[in-house]
Amino acid sequence: MNKKTDLPVMLPKPVQTPQALSSLSYWHILPLIAAMMIIPSLAFSAAGDELKSPLAVLKNWIPLLLEGFVFNLIISVCAMAVGTAAGTALGLGQISPNNSLRRGSWFVTQFFRNAPWLVLLFFAMFLLPFELSIAGIIIPLPDWFKAIIGLSLPVMANVSEIVRGAIRSLPSGQWEAAESLAYTRRQTLWLVILPQCVKRMLPPWVNLYAILTMATVLASIVGVSEVMTLTGRALAAEGGRPELLAPFYGFVLLLFFAYCYPIARYTLRLEKKFAVIN
Amino acid sequence: MSWTPADPMVSINNVHKSFGELKVLNGVSLDVMKGDVICIIGPSGSGKSTLIRCVNALNDIQQGSILVEGQEVNDEKLNKLELRKKVGMVFQQYNLFPHKTALQNVMMAPIKVLKQNKASAKTSARALLKKVRLEGKEDAYPGELSGGQQQRVAIARSLAMQPDVMLFDEVTAALDPETVGEVLQTIKDLAEEGMTCILVTHEMGFAREVADHIYFTDRGVIVEHGPPETFFKNAQDPRTQQFLSQIL
Ligand SMILES: Nc1ncnc2c1ncn2[C@@H]1O[C@H](COP(=O)(O)OP(=O)(O)OP(=O)(O)O)[C@@H](O)[C@H]1O
Ligand SMILES: [Mg+2]
Repeated sequence: MNKKTDLPVMLPKPVQTPQALSSLSYWHILPLIAAMMIIPSLAFSAAGDELKSPLAVLKNWIPLLLEGFVFNLIISVCAMAVGTAAGTALGLGQISPNNSLRRGSWFVTQFFRNAPWLVLLFFAMFLLPFELSIAGIIIPLPDWFKAIIGLSLPVMANVSEIVRGAIRSLPSGQWEAAESLAYTRRQTLWLVILPQCVKRMLPPWVNLYAILTMATVLASIVGVSEVMTLTGRALAAEGGRPELLAPFYGFVLLLFFAYCYPIARYTLRLEKKFAVIN
Repeated sequence: MSWTPADPMVSINNVHKSFGELKVLNGVSLDVMKGDVICIIGPSGSGKSTLIRCVNALNDIQQGSILVEGQEVNDEKLNKLELRKKVGMVFQQYNLFPHKTALQNVMMAPIKVLKQNKASAKTSARALLKKVRLEGKEDAYPGELSGGQQQRVAIARSLAMQPDVMLFDEVTAALDPETVGEVLQTIKDLAEEGMTCILVTHEMGFAREVADHIYFTDRGVIVEHGPPETFFKNAQDPRTQQFLSQIL
């Protein structure tokens, strides 16, 4: 049980789309997780051992686990910010009239979109140096920073596609009207095209964020002290008692569910709202 | 060599244009003098839209010459922005910017492109909306306006650039019959003020009323042209006669 990557939950897995998630109600999932956490502890108290009950043990560790989870959220927000900025630039590159820029952006987008997130994370971990020296100043690059970069790569590629798709979905008449009013291409993009794209991009973008948040646990595999890593350490510190696994990982599941499920609902609402407008 | 108002405002000469294999314009020539209103009519697919889109360089041409106030459009070094400041265009589908109000639609290009100051651009935009009879609709979004109202905002938006020539591509074709009249009236007002207009239209009564000259196109060539009285009464070419008999 000490070898962390043997835990099924840590293995890379296809990420659920929140679409499916959002069709569940809270009241389907909560009892399930609660049962997972409580049943082993019942079995345990029936055994009548001297040790503290699993739930009591979990309670001691909750503050630390919450700290770890907040770290996951920080990683997700930063990776989303970096990925969105880079992805927007890449998406604009994909519709550039300049052939080489367009092909290059297309290639980069496809490359990172069709790569497993975990592999990209490993690449960022091992290809980025542990410190940068710029003009004599040494800037250390901690693991969490590299994890942000690694996770922002697939986000970038997905945002690039979202941007390209939104721009392509606008009627060509919008471009022509702007062109015939003597707008430059840049003005056309920033004043006419992109403002109309924001609405169309919002639902898939929020969706992507939920997927990214769930993927932040991958950072545990490369040793970042996020919630999964801390859970593993807590379990090891408690002597690797098997009956602790379900309550601890159940708690982690609960944290992610409580955070991602409302986002999935919100995406659905946005989609419905904009479907009505269009 | 420089252009004077006595020269044609728009001079189209032996223009050829194809989309890939498809030849759409096969040597079209016509001149438009300052203050003239010309109408281009013809069957669907005969290249009418393509022709007027070449005038403001939305389409490029493979052969021939288009001069707008003496400026050659078929030129790799053409400054398209300068050309388009002189040539306004109104589309069949209005193409208003849906995220901007009527007033913003009209004043945006003068501010961003012509670098006019905001206050004066706003004053002119209000005046233009009044001119197209849309007083009180300044703050409405395009989605809140009828087709005819949207099209009049589009006309005002184009006029705000103070163009020397206006291109109209079947601007009433997408409208409900009851709003066609208000848009035609707006164009008629413009024509009477002396605006140079090139219109593609299927409204024969309107063409007869406002046009100084009518051109009939078929398969990328001008088959026949003339002032409305002679054109409608004495069409010579069998293709023109057939087209007119179908449409009138
Ligand atoms: N961007 C384009 N790419 C390829 N073919 C085009 C393009 N634009 C127009 N065509 C073709 O060129 C021909 C002429 O089109 P055009 O729009 O100029 O006709 P039109 O006379 O305006 O017809 P309508 O009365 O239906 O508007 C048509 O066969 C059309 O399919
Ligand atoms: Mg047409």
